Amino acid sequence: MSQQLRSFLAAVGLIAALAAAGYVAVIVGAATVVGDSETGIEESAKSDGWRGVRSGTAGRVSIPDPQAGILIQSEGEIWRSIRNGPVTAAGAWSMFVMLILLAVFYAWRGRILLAGKPTRREVVRFNGIERFAHWMTAASFIVLALSGLNLLYGRYLFIPIVGKEAFAVVTEGGKFLHNFVAFPFMAGLVLMFVLWVRHNVPSRVDLQWLRLGGGLLSDRHHPAAERFNAGQKAIFWIVILGGVSVSLSGVALLLPFAFPIFGKTFVFLNLFGFGLPDMLTPMQEMQLAQVWHSVVSLGLIVVMFAHIYIGTIGMEGAFQAMGSGKVDTAWAEQHHSLWAASAEESVAEDDSVAEDDSVPAAAREGQG
Amino acid sequence: MARMKFLCDADRCIECNACVTACKNEHEVPWGVNRRRVVTINDGQPGERSISTACMHCSDAPCMAVCPVDCFYQTDEGVVLHDKDLCIGCGYCFYACPFGAPQYPQAGNFGGRGKMDKCTFCAGGPKEDGSEEEFALYGRNRLAEGKLPLCAEMCSTKSLLAGDADTVSDIYRERVTARGFGGGVWGWNTAYGSDT
Repeated sequence: MSQQLRSFLAAVGLIAALAAAGYVAVIVGAATVVGDSETGIEESAKSDGWRGVRSGTAGRVSIPDPQAGILIQSEGEIWRSIRNGPVTAAGAWSMFVMLILLAVFYAWRGRILLAGKPTRREVVRFNGIERFAHWMTAASFIVLALSGLNLLYGRYLFIPIVGKEAFAVVTEGGKFLHNFVAFPFMAGLVLMFVLWVRHNVPSRVDLQWLRLGGGLLSDRHHPAAERFNAGQKAIFWIVILGGVSVSLSGVALLLPFAFPIFGKTFVFLNLFGFGLPDMLTPMQEMQLAQVWHSVVSLGLIVVMFAHIYIGTIGMEGAFQAMGSGKVDTAWAEQHHSLWAASAEESVAEDDSVAEDDSVPAAAREGQG
Repeated sequence: MARMKFLCDADRCIECNACVTACKNEHEVPWGVNRRRVVTINDGQPGERSISTACMHCSDAPCMAVCPVDCFYQTDEGVVLHDKDLCIGCGYCFYACPFGAPQYPQAGNFGGRGKMDKCTFCAGGPKEDGSEEEFALYGRNRLAEGKLPLCAEMCSTKSLLAGDADTVSDIYRERVTARGFGGGVWGWNTAYGSDT
């Protein structure tokens, strides 16, 4: 158990470190753009007060909104250059590269077929509530992804085709959809976490699975796996951690200037010596939330390409696990041997498969 | 063709807020929306200065660059305008704008923003010049009537200047020469780049 716990913590730590690296990259990028010097006619503005204005010092204003006291917020330019630059470009490239990789993989490996004949006996792999959780999250994710991608790329892709008027109507609809569909997405995340977290604790079996390439590369090896193999566990943690991160930044965007999270996050990260700026203006909070939201979402979209591939055309029998919820026992033994053993035991005990009870019970036994 | 710019002489602004009032009245701007505002720095201390600010109609306007529905356009005179029929109220222009110009009426759920509103340099919008529709959405189109922005016209100390960039900066230069000092052309570097 301590072994399991240690590798689990290692995995969580790794993901947290990757996330932190993302923050730092944004901040470092920001710092380099801030450094542009003052030239030209404005140079005659010599006093410290003017320099302060240029770097965002707030004055007094009779409007109730204290933000209006800031005369110049240069961070807007940084936000613009990051969003319109690296975020847009890297997002497009990573989606493109992932699709190419999957196409190449499919051309080389083809569909991963079931070795041997199916037994025509089925075991329940995912019960009703599990499938509900999965498909609620999946459907809302697709709506969120499409409406979100539209905000980033639609201007370049669709305006030349459909014109600005039609595009604006669709995009405004997309904005409202995005705002509301966020809630089933968050509910789905919570549900999936509660249902599956105990099956997704990394174990020694996962190392063996990874060493054999998960059986992805050739038909000869079918490494042992529990209810979820190492690949699925990775997807689970990416979805949960990425989903929570994208949800928090999304709520920050949904309630503008009312839900600052980055200053607090940076204070926490600074405990580990990151030295990040923790006194952020409300505007900087929003800009960071937008950049972070799109970066994490793009990452999730790219990962989901692979997840959808292997769950549909990539592998025989994979879709029905989440479709009908039942899989052939031969499939179960090939792909999830350790789980299959316990699942079949419970089928033998109770010949008529009780939809909602048999699998969780069996899986619990399998996990020990 | 003239290049329209605002210039605020901070050595003259007395923080009377007449520009703000004139703007609100002329365009019948809704409650809570401030197309123009006056900010005082070093309030009550030596070196106190006030500045009237609004959309600066930037050369390479950040709002235009980040708008997901591409609703902005820049007129031949350099005035940055937008089409409220296209605006989806996402708030991106507000995140990008160095001057805090875009304003949003509260609308809808959550932080729901309505159609963005900002200073038009008294140049209306994409509707027919001088039409009731244009007035309702964007306010008066004084440029089409051959007049300059009312905020500057109303300025009691002629601190706020609006008009052709060359004329406006000539006036300022003369002033600086005559009085022997000048705090600089506030915000121009940010709005129009370093070659101004």
